Parts: sequence; structure tokens; C-alpha cells
Amino acid sequence: MAAGAASGGSAQSDTYAEARTWLLLPAWAVLGIFILAPVLMMLVYSFLTKEFRGGVIWEFSFAAYDQFFCNRGLFGDEPCAIEWTFINIFWRSIWQAGAATLLSLVIGFPTAYFIATRPEKVRPIWVFLITIPYWVNLLIRTVSMKFMLRDQGPLNDFLISTGLIDSPIHIVNTNFAVQLGLFYSYLPFMVLPIYASVERYNFSLSEAAADLYASKWVTLRRVLLPAVKPGVIAGCILVFVPSLGSFLAPDLLGGAKNFMIGSLIEEQFKGNAGNWPFGAAASMILLTMVLIILLIFARQQAKAEKGAG
Amino acid sequence: MPEKSNAIDVVDAVKRYGDFTALQQISLSIFDNEFFTLLGPSGCGKTTLLRMIAGFEDVTEGAIFLFGEEIENLPPNKRPVNTVFQNYALFPHMTITENVAFGLEMRGKSKSEARTRAGEMLELVQLSQFAARKPSQLSGGQQQRVALARALAPQPKVLLLDEPLSALDLKLRQAMRFELKELQRETGITFIFVTHDQEEALTMSDRIAVMSAGEMQQLGEAKEIYERPHNMFVADFIGETNLLEVSVDQITNGRAVCHLGGGHELTCNEVQGVGVGSKVHMSVRPERLFLSDEPTETESLKGTVRDNIFVGTDIQTIVDLSDGPQMIVRTSNSDRGNKRIFDPGAQAYVNMESEAARLLVD
Repeated sequence: MAAGAASGGSAQSDTYAEARTWLLLPAWAVLGIFILAPVLMMLVYSFLTKEFRGGVIWEFSFAAYDQFFCNRGLFGDEPCAIEWTFINIFWRSIWQAGAATLLSLVIGFPTAYFIATRPEKVRPIWVFLITIPYWVNLLIRTVSMKFMLRDQGPLNDFLISTGLIDSPIHIVNTNFAVQLGLFYSYLPFMVLPIYASVERYNFSLSEAAADLYASKWVTLRRVLLPAVKPGVIAGCILVFVPSLGSFLAPDLLGGAKNFMIGSLIEEQFKGNAGNWPFGAAASMILLTMVLIILLIFARQQAKAEKGAG
Repeated sequence: MPEKSNAIDVVDAVKRYGDFTALQQISLSIFDNEFFTLLGPSGCGKTTLLRMIAGFEDVTEGAIFLFGEEIENLPPNKRPVNTVFQNYALFPHMTITENVAFGLEMRGKSKSEARTRAGEMLELVQLSQFAARKPSQLSGGQQQRVALARALAPQPKVLLLDEPLSALDLKLRQAMRFELKELQRETGITFIFVTHDQEEALTMSDRIAVMSAGEMQQLGEAKEIYERPHNMFVADFIGETNLLEVSVDQITNGRAVCHLGGGHELTCNEVQGVGVGSKVHMSVRPERLFLSDEPTETESLKGTVRDNIFVGTDIQTIVDLSDGPQMIVRTSNSDRGNKRIFDPGAQAYVNMESEAARLLVD
């Protein structure tokens, strides 16, 4: 084949190039229609004027961004002071998503390691077991979680019956409940990429480390973790990003006090009471933030690689 | 029983995986400052034994001693032995220096001290110019030497080498044999070398343990194993040989007269457990045979030359003994002045150096 292409000259490679363009077209179309177009639509909407019953008036305006960042007093005629309400919601969201990611990592890493070190034949069974809960609708799962955690729920009943506690622990409507909910929602996204990289890990590296007098802990920190780092990073991103924009867990488990960006955005598009441009602007700010976080991460990654190399 | 002066004593070590027995009751002693080789085909248990000494496999039964100290219950990181792995197992995210310094750091050396010593080790294996590179930027042979430097850096009491040359090409493999042997002499560290390559074993080792099916077949110096194999397996596995079925006619003064079939007779050394009338195998190395026109004083076997095969340094002549088995005779090319090469179809006598033929137990 290669020889044929070489002797056939450029006419043939032109044909290949052309075929490649056509064959890639569906993929480009899907990316364009389902990813690029909605984002662009959001971007445009965020600069339009709101219609009171939902929807937009096609009139250019900074109002949505102004509303997000500026407090102009009760009548909206004062100079811009920083509006903390929404920034605080964002800040809380990042914190909550970060905590949920950490929780997923702490539980997900050992789980992934466990699965990857089982005999090859039974590994798919373990992976299957991990994914089973995710066949159930997220809403149902989150509601059941609330049921489990509530004051008269099975968890508290169990803890009281064992005598560990005297009165129920209030978990529902706390930050922790939201973190638990997010952790439970996205755990497989942590386990699966880590599992994939641990499975590819050359275990004789761990043997070599032990052979060179490293303890188990040092082996984990200095040999295993650096080798599976790409999987860990992928897992963290896959849990952190959807957690950040999630609204089910914060709504159902966190209550009104523990509002997150997802709920804020959701509210703007729900029913007739919403403010579409404001929701779009919040989405764009969220998107920008995520991109900045990922970029910083990638930059540091590259630097670390360079420094070591 | 274990002695303090022995580097390693393996006492009745057994390794079982469920119902499968990988090693059956192996006992051997490896002396200090020795180049010791575990030789055998794949699946013979040689690597299992090495990994048991390193601590990667636990010992089902029996004990292992390192300079008189029982070690079989210690984890690998508590055993003062280091391993050169078959696939090198270099840490891919660390530089060459960091790789070599790793064991030293783990043993509590300061970072700068470890790096200085790592630099010296890299000099020893002539890789100083690659110190700052990553393993993936090195060739197979260079990676091999890094693995060696890394394992030698913490000055282990015993160095374990698990088929370290098998991934290299022939030329490099041959060069590395001498380097390894030299390194062993320079450092004075006991080397335990695992290989399935009998040539490697013969050229490098002080002593060799030949293993098969989880059992030790023979232990001895390279020359002894080659010239005086105990059994069929060893004779067949090490080097090339003529393995012929014979029956023992009579035994006098430790010499056995054997019958080859076709009326051919030979005298072999007596072996314990072989009596008159028993059918056993006899081994005779092709290079200890020579051809002649006429029968010589020693026992000559009459036959017809079937073919000559040129194998570089030697010529292999295949001879059909009249009414008997086939034999291979090797004539060194440097001997051609003295020894005649017979054309195919020519009649010739196969002669044997004294004591070249050995009876084997099965």
C-alpha cells in the first residue's frame, strides 16, 4: 500500500486527502451543530435584552453582565458597586465541586486500583458493578439519597440502633449532603479513567521500587501516582466540571441555603419568571471560568513536565 | 544447613500456586562473590526461585538465608538484594540520574550524596552523558546498563538478574556478557543470573544450576556440566550432542561396554544405577568425534557420510553408521589441514576421543 502510494505520485494522495475531507464532514457537522452552535447562541443571548415572560428582545445590551457583577442600589440608578451575591454563589459552587472531586478521588482511586489488580477475567464484572447504579435516573438516585440521609432515614436509624449516636445527625440541607450527592452522581467518571491508566501500569515498576527499598507509601507517591497521573487528572476534570454546573444535588440535598450556579442558571430558564440573558451570561461566565481553570492546569502540567525533563 | 560465608542458602524451598507446584524442594548454596546461573527452559521455575530470593513471591515451604540470616519472611524492601528486571522497569518519569539515585535515597542517603554516587555508577557503565535524559530517550542496551547501575548503586549483598540480556540483539548481547562478567569481578558482588540461553550460562558463570520442571537437574561448574552431564535433560539442553540409545553388555573396572545396534560397540564410563542388560542413553559431543579412512586404535564405527553442513567455525558431518543410528561429527575449520572432509557417499570411520562417551540416567 505504501509502495503503491509512493509510485502512484501525488494524484493518488490528492484523492486520499479529498476522501478524508468528505469522510470527516459528518463529524464536523455534529460538532458544529451540537457544540459550537449552542455555545454561540448562549453567547449571543447573553448580550440581548430580557423579555419579562421569558425569552429575549433582539436589542444589544450589557444588562445581564451588569446585573451579575454590579449592585446599583434598589432603584438601579447608583454607580456600580461589586455585587457579591452571584460571585458568592460561584465561589461556593467551586468549593462544593472541589470537595466532591476530592471525595471522589479518595474513594475512587483505591476502587480503581482494586479493580485493575483483580484477575483479568473478573475485571469487567467489577467495572459493570460500578456502573450499575448509573442505569437509574439521576433524579431518582438523588431523591433516594435524600431519603437515606434524612433525620428519620435508614442511615440515622442504623447509627442510633448501634448506639453510636443518640440523636440523628442532620445531613440533609448541609454542604456535606451536597458534596455526598455530587460524589455519588459522578463517581464512575473518576473510577473509570483511573482504572484505565492503572490497568496499563507496568507493575514491575512497583516491584522495582520495593526492590530499591521503597516502602509501600513511597512507592505509591513516587512511582505509581506519577505513572497514572493522566488518568487521575482526567477523572478530576470529569467530576469537577459537571459538579460545578450541577443543580439536582444542590436543589434536593442542599436546600435554599446551598444554592449553586447550576440552580441559578436553571431558574433563569424555568417557567415564565426567568431572565434568559442573565442565565446565558451566567453560563458564559461559568464556561470561561472552567476554561481558565483547565488552562492553568494544562500550563502547570507542561511546566512540570519540562522541569523534570 | 546455612553458613555465614554463603551468600544465599536455599533450604528445601517449595513453591505452589494452588494445585500447581512450580518448585519442588530445591536446596542449593550460592557462594560469596560468585557468578551463579539458574539455567533452564521457560516454565522450569528459575524465575520463580529468583523472585523468591528477591521477595516478590512468598515461599510455600522451606527457608532462604542471606549470609546466614533467614530472609524469606522479609518484604522485598527489607532485603539487601537488588534486581535487574527483564524489561528493565526503569521509572519512566524520572531522569537517568534520578533512577539510579532512587535506591540510595531510599536507604537514607541525602539527595546530594545519592546524586554523586549515581554519577559514579553512571560513569562505571559509561552513560554519564545521558544522566539528564529520560529512559525512553535511550536505546535498549543503554536502558539495560541504567538498570544495572540502578541495581548496583545501593551496593547490594547479592545482585539478581532476571534474563537481563534477552531483549537485546545478538551483537549487544555478546558484548554485554563480558561487561557483566567484568562488573561482577570488579564489584565483588554475588550475581545470580537467570537465563534460558545455555551459551550465555556457559560463557559467564562460575557455577550453573540446570533446572527443569521445577526441579534442579544438575549443579556444577560450567565445564563440568558440559562435559559430564548427569542425565538426558542436561546433556540435551546444554550444547549439541549425539544422544544414542544403547544397551549395556558388560561392566569391568568401571568401564561399560555398550551395544549401539548394527553390531557397533563402544566403551563408556560406568554410571551408578546402570547395570548389565539395561537400556540407557549415551551422549557424545560432536566435537569429540573425528573421521578417518581406516579404523584407528580406539573404537571405530563404520559408516557412510550423508552430508556436510557448513556452520561457520565448523563443518558438521552427518554419518549413517552401517545398520545403526546416525551421528553428527564436528570438524573445526581451523583443523582442515589435518582432518579430511569426506564427500557425501564416502565410507568413513567415526572415532572417539577417550572418555568422550557418557552414559546417562533418564
